[in-house]
Amino acid sequence: MEDGDQVIKKFMYMNRKSPYGTIYALESLEVVLIAAAFDQDVSLVFADDGVYQLMKGQNTEEIGMKNFSPTYSALGDYDIKKIYIEKESLEERGLSLDDLQDLKYEDEDDDWAEKDSIHLVSREELAEVIDQQDVVFSF
Amino acid sequence: MAMLHTVNKSPFEKNSLDSCMRLAKAGSSVLLIEDGVVAAMKGTKHSNAVADAMTDVSFYVLGPDLKARGLSENNVVDGIKVVDYSGFVDLATEHESVQAWL
Repeated sequence: MEDGDQVIKKFMYMNRKSPYGTIYALESLEVVLIAAAFDQDVSLVFADDGVYQLMKGQNTEEIGMKNFSPTYSALGDYDIKKIYIEKESLEERGLSLDDLQDLKYEDEDDDWAEKDSIHLVSREELAEVIDQQDVVFSF
Repeated sequence: MAMLHTVNKSPFEKNSLDSCMRLAKAGSSVLLIEDGVVAAMKGTKHSNAVADAMTDVSFYVLGPDLKARGLSENNVVDGIKVVDYSGFVDLATEHESVQAWL
């Protein structure tokens, strides 16, 4: 896909690990925010234990680590508005979308209307989205 | 005196908890910490296995690790006791030895 002189590629960030126990979740978020500066077509996936990264009400005071979960709500401001959550991963963990942060973006083509960034997708639908990517980064 | 088993890995990602439950003797205790705390939650595909194991093994979960992950202490499998860091120390001293399942 060409946009003037610039080549726009589809980049996907695949998040499959719980936060805090390992550094993967935080590292992924850092890379996503840096990559956002390059105006590419970015998608984020939260599947398997990755769905725990978006849990509401995280409080890390007692484990002495930085709570980076509020940063996810800033993704919309970085023009990252395609966030896919795998439905089966939520179900296996007894969770629903209500347990996760409600992530939004403002649509510049629609008078800055606030819209949902989160797309709940089945395993089958997610496979399709992955198949359409140029590059997939795994965390 | 019995053994305290700690498990710090998610049961969705590793089989550490499975191995622990398979090899822990009756009367011993399991403490879920770090990413292992997700195994304490009700309604997951591992909840029944944990509830079954509790017939002869005591289960504990570290509260600070639940809170960090936004998991509610009120939503742990019935019978699992939530402990804080001093409770962790108490468990370590009350048991003869500690085995960490990584």
